[in-house]
Amino acid sequence: MQLIVRDKYYQTDDLVSVVLSRTDGGRLPDWTPGAHIDVFLPNGLARQYSLCGDPWNTDNYHIGVLGALESRGGSRFIHDELKIGSVVGLGGPRNNFALTPSKTLLFVAGGVGITPILPMINQAEQMGISWRLLYLGRNLASMAFRDRVERFSDRVTLHPGDELGRMAVSDWIGAPRDGTKIYVCGPERLLTTVTEHCADWQMGTVRAERFTARKFDAPLRSGSFEILMAGSGKVIRVLPTESMVAALRSAGVNTLTSCGMGICGTCEMSVLSGVPDHRDSILDEDERLAGNCMFPCVSRSLTDRLVLGL
Amino acid sequence: MTAPTISTDIVTSSEDPFGPEVLHDPLPFQARLREAGPVVYLPTYNVYAMGRYSDVHAALTDWQTFECSAGVGLSNFRKEKPWRPPSLLLEADPPFHNAPRAVLSKILGARQLHTLQAQWATDADDVVDALVSSTLEFDAVPALAEAFPLRVFPDAVGIPHEGRERLLPYGDHLFNAFGPENALVQRGAGTIGEISGWVNDQCARNVLTPGGFGAEIWAAADRGDISHEQAPTIVRSLLSAGVDTTVHALAAVLYALASNSEQWVLLQSDPNLARRAFDEAIRLESPVQTFFRTTTRDIRVGGTLIPQGEKILMFLGSANRDERRWQNPDAFDLTRDPSGHVGFGMGIHQCVGQHVARLEAATVMAALLKRVKTIEVNGPVTRHLNNTLRAWESLPMRVTLK
Repeated sequence: MQLIVRDKYYQTDDLVSVVLSRTDGGRLPDWTPGAHIDVFLPNGLARQYSLCGDPWNTDNYHIGVLGALESRGGSRFIHDELKIGSVVGLGGPRNNFALTPSKTLLFVAGGVGITPILPMINQAEQMGISWRLLYLGRNLASMAFRDRVERFSDRVTLHPGDELGRMAVSDWIGAPRDGTKIYVCGPERLLTTVTEHCADWQMGTVRAERFTARKFDAPLRSGSFEILMAGSGKVIRVLPTESMVAALRSAGVNTLTSCGMGICGTCEMSVLSGVPDHRDSILDEDERLAGNCMFPCVSRSLTDRLVLGL
Repeated sequence: MTAPTISTDIVTSSEDPFGPEVLHDPLPFQARLREAGPVVYLPTYNVYAMGRYSDVHAALTDWQTFECSAGVGLSNFRKEKPWRPPSLLLEADPPFHNAPRAVLSKILGARQLHTLQAQWATDADDVVDALVSSTLEFDAVPALAEAFPLRVFPDAVGIPHEGRERLLPYGDHLFNAFGPENALVQRGAGTIGEISGWVNDQCARNVLTPGGFGAEIWAAADRGDISHEQAPTIVRSLLSAGVDTTVHALAAVLYALASNSEQWVLLQSDPNLARRAFDEAIRLESPVQTFFRTTTRDIRVGGTLIPQGEKILMFLGSANRDERRWQNPDAFDLTRDPSGHVGFGMGIHQCVGQHVARLEAATVMAALLKRVKTIEVNGPVTRHLNNTLRAWESLPMRVTLK
């Protein structure tokens, strides 16, 4: 699925909001708070960003992108090159950081880690779950989206490091309580602090969102690729402008789909060789690494050829 | 019942979609419904009906406007007490729907079912072999459509053997109860208390066998992905929505193949068409015919303004035979691509067990293809009337063997 940049504006000196819609104006795939999308950039890189808008809004996705001095080219490209009207590819949404039933929610956000927490706070409000937020940043000016949490000032602790020094995160979390869950997103060091502090708490208490750059076994490709059907030996070429399902159907290959968005799982195919470029909302990281199945309604190929169990 | 604000140009139908005549053969009514317009007001029940594919598809997908938590039957849970505690899946909306759905989607995902495939193939061979070894003329409803799901699905969930005969009457009543309180609902009312009690008892952690879907749901509660209070109600969803639906879906594909011999021949020549055959039968027969939604805001559909808080009756079966979407929609045709049918629903509430249903059907068809040369309908078929399901009472068949 192709998305177009509808809006782009700076939240802070170093964090830019990007608003994406479908190029055809259609309804975007549904998502739940905590979800992220893969953004496939015109420079051949793919990056993951948390959705920070409202799941009730079906017209656009909102992501926050840090300039990241250490950027390896993805975020830098978004800051410097991506313009209103630019087109990017979509993978997902997927959710490894979903809210789960809780009596109390503790949110710990470091820097841009605030982005997935924003829709979670709305969800906690909708469900009547009591919550607190600890939002850590280098300095107040670098802490984006403060306006979205301002009205909850009694439940929000803002901690700009330059003014207040090092935060005793463990003290803020406190002792174990039944029914409490902790959602933490931010730098690895913060995740480690929280995870270690709660090591003896009940299973599933701490939920951490880790963004490790997705590892590809081959470079992203923008050109066409081939499908070899293992059963019949037939070879089908998939053009950059068409989905795998469209190419299979034009070649007369019986391909059952349902949602067409990589959500329902109806079109699953087994992969015998080649490396899929997964863009579905279904497979988790382990299943992706296994590399033995894919959803051709949205997914593509990283290699010249995919051999499918057809 | 208060009269809604109706614009003067609204199309109205005085027909009763839950009356015995329409339930017996819903197709002529559904054709009139589609012809009448995108939205038709049914004063009999004070609801708005949709019968065309594009409108039904859009309404199913737009959960923000068409909500489920006021009930997916005629009864409005905002005004009336549900007959049982609401489902955490079917009768819930985001954000409450999110966690139960995520858990169940994973447990019933196609990759998780791979471990069942070999066992179910053996079970299907056993059921078919035992049947055709004893007789070549049989009623396919009890002999196959009921026998196979009742053999494999309760085991997969992990419930005990004792009392399983209650599963079919439970589902029958549940799907009747989505409709008005007519004779069909009254018929089940006397026994449903005892049956419901038994179903609820099967959802407890200590009765579920390890490794089954039910135990997996409880394990998800241990991980904190759902709460322990939610676990039994989510297990109940499997026992509610996973039995009658697959029974009548299997009957649908068996009937379609038996009454279209050229399609059976086509399937024999290319067994890879089995998946398509099942979804084509789901499209054609739509075992789940209807579901309701409730509007969360005023919404214009076609030229009709539907006010907030109104019940919308969506005809999945009608959408699946809409000539605006499907060529020659009344034909069972394995050269057709049934992709996009709404027989399993669409959007965030789409049947979470669809891969289970497809696997059951695929294994039964594979077992039949191994043994059976010809298959035909052998006598009058009888429908079983249900307010929601397009169901079967009897499906006499004759087969010859390879």
